[in-house]
Formats: sequence, structure tokens, C-alpha cells
Amino acid sequence: MLDLLKEMFSYPFMVRAIFVGTIVALCSSLLGVSLVLKRYSMIGDGLSHVGFGALALATALNMSPLTVSIPIVVLAAFLLLRISESSKIKGDAAIALISTGALAVGVMIISMTTGMNTDVCNYLFGSILSMSQSDVNLSVILSVVVLLLFVLFYNRIFAVTFDESFAKATGTNAELYNMLIALLTALIIVLGMRMMGALLITSLIVFPALTSMRLCKRFKTVIVNSAIISVICLWIGLTISYVYATPTGASIVLCNIIVFFLYWLIKTVKGVIIHDK
Amino acid sequence: MNLITCKNISFTYDGFPAVKDLNFSVEQGDYLCVVGENGAGKSTLIKGLLRLKKPSSGTISIENGLMANEIGYLPQQTIVQKDFPASVYEVVLSGCLNRLGIKPFYTKKEKTLVEENLLRMDIIDLRDRCYRELSGGQQQRVLLARALCSTQKLILLDEPAAGLDPMVTQELYELIRKINQDMEITVIMVSHDIHSAVQYAKHILHLYHTQLFFGTTADYKNSEIGRRFMGGGFRA
Repeated sequence: MLDLLKEMFSYPFMVRAIFVGTIVALCSSLLGVSLVLKRYSMIGDGLSHVGFGALALATALNMSPLTVSIPIVVLAAFLLLRISESSKIKGDAAIALISTGALAVGVMIISMTTGMNTDVCNYLFGSILSMSQSDVNLSVILSVVVLLLFVLFYNRIFAVTFDESFAKATGTNAELYNMLIALLTALIIVLGMRMMGALLITSLIVFPALTSMRLCKRFKTVIVNSAIISVICLWIGLTISYVYATPTGASIVLCNIIVFFLYWLIKTVKGVIIHDK
Repeated sequence: MNLITCKNISFTYDGFPAVKDLNFSVEQGDYLCVVGENGAGKSTLIKGLLRLKKPSSGTISIENGLMANEIGYLPQQTIVQKDFPASVYEVVLSGCLNRLGIKPFYTKKEKTLVEENLLRMDIIDLRDRCYRELSGGQQQRVLLARALCSTQKLILLDEPAAGLDPMVTQELYELIRKINQDMEITVIMVSHDIHSAVQYAKHILHLYHTQLFFGTTADYKNSEIGRRFMGGGFRA
């Protein structure tokens, strides 16, 4: 076991993957609780598909992936937020429209330029090798920004998540905090997308939050718990991915599924015991 | 002294007129009940008074000094809240948000206020319980405590008794009466429970897409519309 860890950490790409992965897992789980409770999980999914399109565009233009995808995904985040808040358009259908549309555009760009190859597979399902030194630098800055904003605005995020109309009525600028949540989500998705894969990055947002909601009864413990679950699952998943050469994203999601069922089982057993008393 | 004065206000909802030509005023310490059938525009009016919705015409003048951060609000419950993992304490504390200004965290002052309001609503033993595991009546008390944290002057309640059984409803109305009498907070309540409305309120505003009646409760009881609405003529 120790030898395995030593070996893993001897490769710079693994150190980078673990470092960036931990940050992405931490930040996405914090935001995830709010997104899941606000019924915004589909926005995360839509964003990752838009991110895939942006990534394909960047490759075709031979530009740095992050410089192209960050502005596109941030813009898409604001757009999706507007759509889901508007009661006149069917929000969920509009999100499906945008996400499948972006995916199709991405696939078209790829097939007309580089053609379908392993790179595409990596974009879709994640690769452990994808993190560069500039990603590491960016993720340090981003994680500091996300964590700082989250802690500073924690009380406001709670209020807006629990009851937006009360928050608005009593003088809180709910739209501003919704936009803040959307912005942070967009950044985290772009950062984690190449490692987790465009199709699987949403799982980092949804799974830890839903898992800890099985058992936790306070908002603060839900958040702390999902951060811990998220980071531990990422570590285990990365190790599996390294040892068995499996796609990174899928390995991490598998860990999350197992933990989810564990929590669900504990809750059910607890429920039965309480019921019997 | 009038706290709120509405002159000829109208609201549209998704492009359709919801209510029009409302003229009424609310005094400091008043207890106004807005009654009417479902879809009569009651909730739209409350949103307008909270400045969440702009009137399509007319003016709402609110006495100087009554800022959004001095209003308490008890909204109708949303689906999001039904399975929300938060403790009672966390929910009530979130009512203090409008006192923070630009400070990021709550101080001792806000925490003391939460304790006071938990005591007032008689839910101090529930403070560490999970909100989603409470009964409907307990949840309403929690939301009432939260609303009290955010106001000293005015509280707006949107169908507070919806879905509660009669006993619990009575207790809730008693609490609201206490808030109005003992704490001298102005109450504006939307309800379609006309019998409790005339029992507790000082003024009645009866809506059906427009203003059918505005005046004191005693006048309402003697008016034709009041008698019709309270008697067998109630169409739910």
C-alpha cells in the first residue's frame, strides 16, 4: 500500500492530478449542496456539455483550452440561470436543448478537424494525464477565490438556498447571489472537466450533496460531510484509475455510487430501528 | 399614522390583469386580513407590497423609514423546503440576515435575538431538530420566528394556516394575535379562512380581481358582501 502511494507520488502528472482533483472535488461539493437544493443540478450538466463544445473549439483553433472555455461556460451559466428562473419558458427542456446542442456542435467540430480519436474519449470520460502545470496554477487561484467567497457569503448562500422569496422580500439581493453561485459553478466545471470528463463532471456536484443529505440534519454538517465524501472518493477513484488504467471520471463516480448506497442503507436501517421502537 | 397607502394600484400576472383598482391603507399596529377566493389576486398583492412585483399602475406609498430590511414575511411553503436539511436554529438565524449590512457573519446580538424569538414561539426545545422532520404547525412556528427576526414593524403572512389541522390553526392565530398586540407589530395576512379573519383582524380587504370591500371588521360583518361570504355562499 505504502509502496503504491510512493510510486504514485513519484510521477509529476499524478501529483498534479491529485492536487487539482482535490481542489475541484472540495469546491464542487460545497457548491453542490446549494445547487441540488435549489433544483439547479441540471445547470451543472448543461454547463459541462457546453464546456465540451468549447474544448472542441479550442482544439480546432489550436488555442489553450482554458482561455476559450472559461468565458464561454461562464456566459452559458448566466444564460442557463436566466432560463431556469423564467417561468415562461420550460426551464428543464431549454437546458436539455442547450446541452445537447453544444455537444452536437462539439462533435461536429471534432469530426471535421482532428477526427474521432482517443482525445475525444478523454474529453468525454476524463483522463488522469490531462493536468498541466498551468492548470495547477490556475486551480490554486480559483480554489482560493471559491473557498473565500463561499465562506464569506455562507450565511447569504444559506438564506437564498432555503427561501429565495423571503430573502428577496427582506432586502437581500438574491439575484446577485444566484449569479455568484452560477459563476463559481462554471469555473469549477471548466477546471474539473478534462480530468473528470464532460459527461461525468456533474456527478462531483450531485453525488456528495445527495449522499450527505441522507443522514445529515444541519446545513453546516451537510456541507462539511459532502466535502469529506467528495475528497475521499476522489482519492480512491484516482488510485483505482492509476492501478487499473481505468478512465478517471468513471472510477471516481463509481466510488461515489458505493458511498451513496452505504449512506442510504444506514438511513434505511436506522429508520427501521426507530420504527420498531 | 399610515404605514402603507395604496392608491389605484393594479397588478398583472404573466401579462393578464390579476387585480386592479385597489385603494386601501394600513396603519401602524393594524391587523389587516386580505380575503377572497383562490386566484383572486391575494398573493399577487402581497408580492406587490413586498416590492417583489411592480404595480402596473397606481402608487404604493410606504412611510419613510420602513425599509425592506424591516419587513418580516411568512411565504407559502415551497417544495424545496419540504426536504431541506437544516436545523431550526439555522433557519431562524437566517431571518437576521437583513441586520448584517455588509458584515459576513452573525454576532452575539443576532444570536440573542434568535433565542428570544424561539422562546416567544415556544419552540426552544426544537432548536437542534431538523426542519424537514417537524410537523406542519411546528414548521410554521419556525418560519414565524424567522420572520420576527427580520422585523420590528410589519409582518406579512401568506396563507399561514394552509394545510394545518383546526387545533394547530387556532394556536397559530393566537400567536399572530400576540405578535400584533404584545409586540405591536403591524400584521397583514392573506387568508381564505373568513371566519378566523373576522375573529382576529381589525380591518378586512376583500378581493376578487378588484376591491369588493375595505373597512373595519365590524362594518364587514354587517355588509352584504360580508354576510354572503361568511354564510353559505362560500365557494371554495
